[in-house]
Amino acid sequence: MTVVDWSRWQFALTAIYHWLFVPLTLGLSVMVAIMESIYVRTGSQAWLKATKFWMTLFGINFAIGVATGLILEFEFGTNWSNYSWFVGDIFGAPLAIEGIVAFFMESTFVAVMFFGWHRVSRRFHLAATWLTAIGASISALWILVANAWMQYPVGMEFDPAQMRNVMDNFWALFSGIAVNKFFHAVFSGWALAGIFVIGVSSWFLIKNRNREFAIRSIKVGAWTGLAGMLMTMYTGDGSAVEVTKHQPMKLAAMEGLYKGSTQQGIVAMGLVNPAKSWNNDEDEYLFDIELPYGLSILAKHDPNAFVPGITDIIEGVDINANGDTINTVGYAERIARGKMAHEALRDFDKAKAVHDDEGMADAKARLKADYPYFGYGYFDSVDEAIPPVGVTFYSFRVMVILGSFFLLLYIVVLVGIYRRQWFEKSKWLQWIALVSVPFMWVCSEAGWMVAEVGRQPWTVQDLLPTRAAISAVSTTTVITTFWMFAGIFTLLLVAEVSIMIRQIEKGSKKDLNS
Amino acid sequence: MTLEFMQNYWWLLASVLGGLLVFLLFVQGGQSMLLSSRDNATRELIVNSMGRKWELTFTTLVVFGGAMFASFPLFYSTSFGGAYWLWMLILFSFILQAVSYEYRNKKGNIYGTRTYDIFLFINGCVGCILLGVAVSMFFFGAHFTVSKGNLLDSASPVISTWAPTHGFEAIFNWKNLILGVAILFLARTQACLYMMNYICDDARFFDDLKRRTLINGGIFVVFFLWFMTMLLTATGYDVLTLNFVIVRVEDEPFKYFHSYLSQWFSLAVLLLGVAGVLYGIGRSAFGRHYTRGIWWSGIGTILVVCSLFWVAGYGDTAFYPSLDDPMSSLTINNSSSSYFTLQVMTYVSLLIPFVAAYIWYVWRSMDIDKLTSAQLEKTDHKY
Repeated sequence: MTVVDWSRWQFALTAIYHWLFVPLTLGLSVMVAIMESIYVRTGSQAWLKATKFWMTLFGINFAIGVATGLILEFEFGTNWSNYSWFVGDIFGAPLAIEGIVAFFMESTFVAVMFFGWHRVSRRFHLAATWLTAIGASISALWILVANAWMQYPVGMEFDPAQMRNVMDNFWALFSGIAVNKFFHAVFSGWALAGIFVIGVSSWFLIKNRNREFAIRSIKVGAWTGLAGMLMTMYTGDGSAVEVTKHQPMKLAAMEGLYKGSTQQGIVAMGLVNPAKSWNNDEDEYLFDIELPYGLSILAKHDPNAFVPGITDIIEGVDINANGDTINTVGYAERIARGKMAHEALRDFDKAKAVHDDEGMADAKARLKADYPYFGYGYFDSVDEAIPPVGVTFYSFRVMVILGSFFLLLYIVVLVGIYRRQWFEKSKWLQWIALVSVPFMWVCSEAGWMVAEVGRQPWTVQDLLPTRAAISAVSTTTVITTFWMFAGIFTLLLVAEVSIMIRQIEKGSKKDLNS
Repeated sequence: MTLEFMQNYWWLLASVLGGLLVFLLFVQGGQSMLLSSRDNATRELIVNSMGRKWELTFTTLVVFGGAMFASFPLFYSTSFGGAYWLWMLILFSFILQAVSYEYRNKKGNIYGTRTYDIFLFINGCVGCILLGVAVSMFFFGAHFTVSKGNLLDSASPVISTWAPTHGFEAIFNWKNLILGVAILFLARTQACLYMMNYICDDARFFDDLKRRTLINGGIFVVFFLWFMTMLLTATGYDVLTLNFVIVRVEDEPFKYFHSYLSQWFSLAVLLLGVAGVLYGIGRSAFGRHYTRGIWWSGIGTILVVCSLFWVAGYGDTAFYPSLDDPMSSLTINNSSSSYFTLQVMTYVSLLIPFVAAYIWYVWRSMDIDKLTSAQLEKTDHKY
């Protein structure tokens, strides 16, 4: 593997670990705030105990989330230094705003949450708890705006004199992709935390400990989680439409679709054929169960719409709303125009060195015409521009199938919790809720796999491929730090899970009911 | 607002963030004393006093990184991608810190309290020294080159390249280590001053802190003077930058000495800062029961760091000198973001006073009562 591969693995490792902790922070902070609000309103000691129990688990999780988050920000510089220069003028701003607006809010008020019980008033403490939750979401907003911008780069232009992109419209950063991505990620955190709360509380019921506390917690977890799950699905649908518009290749990879059609079905379950490539006649799937019209509806909210496949996109074939076949810019042409953009930039640089204003103007005009394909200039073959189909395809199905299962679980739990006797007797349901907890993380991580593997080979869509975004460090260096990260994160994850389990066990033996 | 104004403004903000970060490293200073604390009760007091502020230091580090990324992206890409090992070791040490407070005393932490205390100790020492090394490169330079034309080389498109040792050469450069050691002992000194102010416990502990203040403060002064002597006698670059491009670089003996002479405000701030630090240390170490030394020393530290940033960035010099190719050196002009981005960020910076105000208000409310061993026993959330 090359330094590019190892750098990708390192970033993926850090991001995957970080996302183990972040969604729980996002969701649990809201649930803790809801419980504390009930306590402040009613004065009930039972709600106070519930608040403190879940707050302890929140704190354990929060610390390791902070640790892994720090690394992500700095890895943009350490491992993706070319990227940091090429688009730092745009990408850096959301990160800095995240720090100024969100991180200080989180770090200040989280301290009040933990240490302020006897030092500040009840209402001040409650405000701090809510501000911690809000701070976490604001933090997510800015990093997701930055991430969305990489998938759909807007609000900037290329400055050939500095050889970088510069921002010219800040508000353009809040594109449809960014808005959907933000709500999708934050609400998925609610959904994840809801399953966590229900699972842990079900264990209390299985063990016949603190039953009142468990029922109380399940109600908060299930309502908040269900709201989160429904919003996650709604924004997921919005994301699919946006991906269709701006990253059609990602959508095609998600579906393992090579030749698209109108009234395109969606594969509910299947196995992609590893021998299939964009230019051979192999079958797309070894086995598949297709839902008619599904992909046309998902992608364009129109059962009759045409959805292009990988081969169509490479060949530049599309069908418009009237059913007419139209030609878009195929990948071979994109590569040629990308190379022309590189050549124009070279010419600009030479003209600039000799103060040839006319030459600079001419080169700049040529560069502007071909700049939308600048990133393709790094490729020699169209094969390099296709994302890994298998990983994207399977991750998408894991996410959707597990997400649907959790929606069902939420509904069953919510119906059951208001028929308390039935729910308390239904050990099978409690066991399902408990065993399901780790699968919620699988579902959540799979979502990110779709988003990030599906957009390969780009760090910035169409403009900067991953292989041109790296730092000039040796492969051995990155391999070393990769294993250092893998080792330390794994050791800390093991400790975190162990502490969580002990805290849950310890809490279950206290009186949390009243 | 001109581009030059905003570049200067963002360098000013970076210097304030840098100053705050160095001040808040008192948390790391306290951690570096954990393993030598005389008994378990003392160790618990140190951990629980430092532990309530660790996130402020951590957040300031992250915000410093984010602000540099947004305002001086060429520095971000060159330094982080180049001095890879320096930054990675700093980051590793901060990962260890982030979990250690929360996990050290929790049942089921697997590795035992002692391991987490060692993690805190490592972060305390390594974090301070290496951050000092990173700042020292602002004056004594680094081995890198910047060639933007590389972007068009498909086989090797990286624009910033560094010495093959990727930061180890900076870590083992004795000039850089002088500042690193100075910052470590400053942090240890300020940790003592902070605890004298925040912990209200037995007189023996207080006397112990006074003794430590004197010893650590003394070592800090020696190393700081050594660093300042090197700085003021160093040859720096006299640089002319226009429109994001360096057009001339010349060696200038005693560059930073000249910069201080020509920038009266930097000199005044340096002298005020040094006086504040020395007063805070001296009065705390020799006074009978003086507890406010952290304020003098803390404000003094921020002023000194600001003045160092100012002579590094302002006044026709490079704040990141390249030892391999002087024309590749980074100035606040050639490494900054565009006018538009700096303008957007400048509007965002108007929020900073509000952020500072609520941090101040919250911690004033939280720190009204000083920490005691007895109070620690009753607390809900103990590290």
